[in-house]
Amino acid sequence: MNARIRFILAIVALGLLMTGPFLLTVGVLYADLTEVERVAFRAAMDRWLPIGVLMTTVGLFLGLQLLRMLFKQYVQGLMAMAETLRLMLGANRNFRVTSDGPPEVQELARAANELAVQRDALLNDVDLKIAEANASVEAEKNRLAALMSELALGVVVCNLDGRILLYNNRARLQFKALAQGPTSMSGGALIGLGRSIFSMLERAQITHALENVRQRLEKGSPETVANFITTTRAGQLLRAQMAPVLSHAEGEATTAIVTGYVLTTENITKSFEREAQRDQVLQSLTDGSRSSLGNIRAAVENLIDSPDMEPAYRERFVGIIDEETARMSARLSTTMTEFADSLKTRWPLEDVLGMDVVAAAQRRIEDKLKLATKSEELNDGLWIRADSFALIQAITFLASRLQDHYAIRELRFRLIADGNMAYIDLIWSGAIVSSETLYTWELESMTIGNESSPLTLRDVAQRHGSELWYQRDKAAHRAFFRFVLPVAVMPEAQQIDIMPQQHGDSRPEYYDFNLFNFSDTGIDLDRKLTDVAFSVFDTETTGLEPSAGDEIIQIGAVRAINGRLLRQEVIDQIIDPRRPLRPEGIPIHGITEDMVRGQPTIDVVLPVFHEFCADTVLVAHNAAFDMRFLQLKETSSGLRFDQPVLDTLLLSAVIHPNQESHKLEAIAERLGINVIGRHTALGDAFVTGEVFLKMIPLLADMGILTLRQALEAAEKTYYARVKY
Amino acid sequence: MSKKILIVDDEPNIVLSLEFMMKKEGFEIAVAGDGDAALAKVASFSPDLVLLDVMMPNKSGYEVCQILRADPLHAGLKIVMLTAKGRETEVAKGTALGADAYVTKPFSTKDLVAQVKLLLA
Repeated sequence: MNARIRFILAIVALGLLMTGPFLLTVGVLYADLTEVERVAFRAAMDRWLPIGVLMTTVGLFLGLQLLRMLFKQYVQGLMAMAETLRLMLGANRNFRVTSDGPPEVQELARAANELAVQRDALLNDVDLKIAEANASVEAEKNRLAALMSELALGVVVCNLDGRILLYNNRARLQFKALAQGPTSMSGGALIGLGRSIFSMLERAQITHALENVRQRLEKGSPETVANFITTTRAGQLLRAQMAPVLSHAEGEATTAIVTGYVLTTENITKSFEREAQRDQVLQSLTDGSRSSLGNIRAAVENLIDSPDMEPAYRERFVGIIDEETARMSARLSTTMTEFADSLKTRWPLEDVLGMDVVAAAQRRIEDKLKLATKSEELNDGLWIRADSFALIQAITFLASRLQDHYAIRELRFRLIADGNMAYIDLIWSGAIVSSETLYTWELESMTIGNESSPLTLRDVAQRHGSELWYQRDKAAHRAFFRFVLPVAVMPEAQQIDIMPQQHGDSRPEYYDFNLFNFSDTGIDLDRKLTDVAFSVFDTETTGLEPSAGDEIIQIGAVRAINGRLLRQEVIDQIIDPRRPLRPEGIPIHGITEDMVRGQPTIDVVLPVFHEFCADTVLVAHNAAFDMRFLQLKETSSGLRFDQPVLDTLLLSAVIHPNQESHKLEAIAERLGINVIGRHTALGDAFVTGEVFLKMIPLLADMGILTLRQALEAAEKTYYARVKY
Repeated sequence: MSKKILIVDDEPNIVLSLEFMMKKEGFEIAVAGDGDAALAKVASFSPDLVLLDVMMPNKSGYEVCQILRADPLHAGLKIVMLTAKGRETEVAKGTALGADAYVTKPFSTKDLVAQVKLLLA
């Protein structure tokens, strides 16, 4: 029963106790009296009743005051003490009960504090032992992380859902460089613990590589690493290598389960450009020279063979020789200059078994297009140099086009070797395709269902130094597309680009292996608070009235996941409000006109913030205020922040309904959090985040475990009705 | 009656040589500067052999070759592809598309003449 209801019941009981016995006595006496005596009694009562009632009322009032005082001192005082005790139990060990109130309560407070001192001594002892044990584990982890951060390659570790468990600084820099436009202001925010790798790399490609790795594992191949090249949204080329993270089932040393993967990435846009340039240089040198040389040779041979040539012809042939030699000299000198610039880098094609590519393409065609496939002649020892992902995509694309335009029922595959070349044939019977059709298809970007690639068939062919054509087998009433690919020769040693080492601030917050079991991207209200990713944020504004034209001038945000505040995954951005600042606000937020000038405006920053918060629950102190500003921008920006929002102010009122203040400073102090850098948006977001993380176990003690429960509890509190 | 040869190339510097040497060998010669002109000339001039360059504006030599081969009217027509592209895959493509010979620049005029005579024999 609520303390307040009990208090009211006590008042009623008191009233009854004070008036009841008297009224009862009067009743019994009255019943016993004769008629005459009753008349006299009533007359006496008329005279004395007002005084009696007055005295009773005064007595009742005094009794009430006494009861209220006792209630306040004993019941409410004890309840407040219980809250503080619970605080000491969990969130803030150094908190102590203040000893005020009546002597008995003070005595209790002293005893509780003594108990706390004793408990602290014991706990410190235990903590020390745990710390010692942890230190060696931690040292090992740090050594790993330090190693990672020194690596010249980007490293990203993911679980099977594509959630990032670890990344190093190089990877962060790489993906930051890939981020387009204003996203870079969130410091490469796209990469983050618990975030999905698929926001940066294509899902299909990762899945494909993973399947390759699995197949190799099944076959017992010692080489379990898959390579692939990927094009990012910004048009950058990334070479990635995928190695599986294996966990061995207990007792069975032979079977290993893939639980995740390590991606090492390298931005090869530069080297690819160099490679392309080198290719071009070589091409112009060989093809161009061939042509000129051919012209010269023909002219010279004509001159030699016909000594009696007419002078006019002779002059023209000599002219040709002169012109072509001059052209060749010029070409040679430009080639030499350009060639000096391009370094020796290779287009990293992988050596793959041709049969594997065909088998994978068949599976994909059957899966995606529901088109039957068969294989005819397959050379099982033929290795080709290929980017298998792109090649399979190209084959599937051709199959889908054939299916769409010519309604073929079955596609047959053939893989044959011819000297240094391998042929992959896609054969069908019946429908005749015109050559023009293939030329058109070659130039389209490849689209299969809802999957589309920026590449065209011609790009894929060029990448592989391959050719593609259409041919008919009239006798058999069949036709086929033929890919010619160079056969793989001896595998070459990998070249590693040496890059300058990264030193300095390498304290890693880049890993969290507890995320191995963290899955799913959507926000499910019935998920536990401990399993949800949060974006804790705060804004500074020109004033308190968004509807009167006040604007956001600073956004600070930090991610929190798995009980940790990720201080390196932040947004810290000053915004030009495009209106004068209010002078009275400047001492509060410390942002001056000079500071906002030249900063991006809200319509630039808001999309960045929106992306940063995607798939996370928003957390803010007095969130209603900040949300109001964001909501007012919904129409102009077209961005809706419709994810769940948790408010630390409301949650504090849920946890400590009997505390007076739910200001951020007061809560932080109660929960034992050092407040530094307050009243910058990011500083406040940090404090809010720390506060929020401390609240999660306190909420759990009250049975509030899931997101839904937290939202409902917050809504019920009184403060939820405050509107801005 | 002398055999007829159509020279298809967009580079005048090679056309002159080819024309000169083929005329010297007693062939009747016509010249086309790109793929479309080549197809028109094949119809009007009806050559016995085409010397076909691969890299040309409008239609490439590959395309011209494929179109000619698809037309039964020109079943007896010989096609010799001339190209500055020497990769093995390109040679394979040329022959697959129906060229009778694929000659890579720079070539010996004697060899080319011998090749042409052999094809027209």
